[in-house]
Amino acid sequence: MVNYVIKRFFMMIGTVLIIATLTFFLMHAIPGSPLDSDRTTNPTIQANLEKFYKLDQPLSSQYISYLKSIVTFDFGPSIKKPNESVNSLIGRGFPISFELGMVTILVAVISGVVLGTLAALRHNGVIDYLAMTFAVIGISLPNFILATLLIRIFAGELGWFPAATWQSPMHMVLPTLALATGPMAVIARLTRASMLEVLTQDYIKMAKAKGLTPWKIIVRYALRNAMMPVVTIMGTMLAGILTGTFVIEKIFAIPGMGKYFVESINNRDYPVIMGTTVFYSAFLVFMLFLVDIVYGVLDPRIKLHQKEGDPS
Amino acid sequence: MTDFREIEVKDEWFQPRAKSTGKAEVVVRPSLSYWADAWRRLKQNKLAMFGLYFLIFLGLAAILIPMFSSHSVTATDLPNQNKAPSMQHWFGTDEMGRDVFTRTWYGARISLFVGLMAALIDVTIGIIYGGISGYKGGKVDLVMMRIIEILYGLPHLLVVILLLVVMEPSLTTIIIALTITGWVGMARIVRGQVLQIKNYEFVTASKSFGAGTLRIIRKNLLPNTMGPIIVQMTLTVPSAIFAEAFLSFLGLGIQAPFASWGVMANDALPVILSGDWWRLFFPALFIAMTMFAFNVLGDGLQDALDPKLRG
Repeated sequence: MVNYVIKRFFMMIGTVLIIATLTFFLMHAIPGSPLDSDRTTNPTIQANLEKFYKLDQPLSSQYISYLKSIVTFDFGPSIKKPNESVNSLIGRGFPISFELGMVTILVAVISGVVLGTLAALRHNGVIDYLAMTFAVIGISLPNFILATLLIRIFAGELGWFPAATWQSPMHMVLPTLALATGPMAVIARLTRASMLEVLTQDYIKMAKAKGLTPWKIIVRYALRNAMMPVVTIMGTMLAGILTGTFVIEKIFAIPGMGKYFVESINNRDYPVIMGTTVFYSAFLVFMLFLVDIVYGVLDPRIKLHQKEGDPS
Repeated sequence: MTDFREIEVKDEWFQPRAKSTGKAEVVVRPSLSYWADAWRRLKQNKLAMFGLYFLIFLGLAAILIPMFSSHSVTATDLPNQNKAPSMQHWFGTDEMGRDVFTRTWYGARISLFVGLMAALIDVTIGIIYGGISGYKGGKVDLVMMRIIEILYGLPHLLVVILLLVVMEPSLTTIIIALTITGWVGMARIVRGQVLQIKNYEFVTASKSFGAGTLRIIRKNLLPNTMGPIIVQMTLTVPSAIFAEAFLSFLGLGIQAPFASWGVMANDALPVILSGDWWRLFFPALFIAMTMFAFNVLGDGLQDALDPKLRG
């Protein structure tokens, strides 16, 4: 176990390093300097600016100072918003995005598992049919489309919820719903499939024979094992939710990190793109690391050191 | 009740049975190949067949409608901005007076093209890479799998976004960006299948008859991995379509004045709270329907092609 954790930890560092390097060289492969759009500046100012952003140094020393900045977690100033640093953008935006993401995951996992379990218990019944129809629709509807439809209906026509910004719990309803529906549908389908399989196992029959209540059988015996595939896809799901926050925050004008990221892409603010990309990747890779370890702890049957990846 | 002692036993009851004509071994029903059987199963799945027919219709319409439409995709008609659907503009017009109906079908072209191209390239790279890795095994496999593990750990859409920031936005760029990390999943599936199948008896039998590597790959391994590959393809296409729409929505994909469903949805964003519902509704409907069709078809194919599920 300890060996596995150490091995995974170094792989995690390696992945972040690869992304950081990739980001750096991609950004520098763009012809021209990021300062080119400010054509009006005179040569002295231009030179000073280049010095300020360290653009006058050779690529290798830029790369090293860039790696240093990652380790010390200081991504430098933004180019388009001169009196704002990338750190302060992350510091301001990340808590909001994190809140949105966490609420989304909670909603998606809880409602997905409940829906999937109900569908499995009433296999081929009305609830099963309705839940699975809902799940296929949920998977087919991209989150940004769903978001705009929700705004149109619940903020526009009915006026039940505010259409934008992030202030009160009422503001959270529509963005969370838009972001959580897709993952919830995936979880519901997975839970249903694995629940159907688990329910035919001998130990469930045994539990029934012992006279346990259905509630106890489901929660203590069936759900625990049926949850394993759900834990496996948590990593992919997290990545989906994370990228989902980009569009959701754009649509709902939520001042989170995703909004700044999209803004920095649109006005080519390279330090911000680099900083946020590395931050996002590090965060995501760390979450994947946690998911893998949780998976190992939850299912003692899996021997971590010989774990072979499952493509799905 | 019959008293058995009173039954008269006749001699003709004990005649030897007529010699078998040899027809007992003849298969009465025509034998079904793997594909015929899969097709038979797929046909029973109404939802999957709906998906298939919808996609065929979508493909044909995407090719034909922009060719014969009386409206241009890009031509603006400023007096007719934001007109509601009418006999002249079936899906209404957008903020530049462009015909939403024509643009929607043009968007279908782009979406299907991106989806199919991405899936094709993924399959090609995936089969070659996964095939070599699985067939060679040993050290080659180990190294190739390490590379895949690293690529698999990269956040897919973030890498795509980075590439698109750097490269000129165009259809080709999107496809390149999507496939540069997209083939990994396919390669893993092919490798897993090959690894499993190459140890089966029929492959050993082939080898003992003197079949070369190429023949074994072509005749034994590939046909038996086709099922999972096709299923994975039907799942790759909608995710590529989603990615294209997503990126266009972020302003990184197809550039205006050209139309893709993501661009149209993005353009409609400022007016969703005013009355112009058709601007958002039609691209949204088509994205959702297409993803739905691919998803149900993929599910149906998975059931039809998986030999383990046969009763």
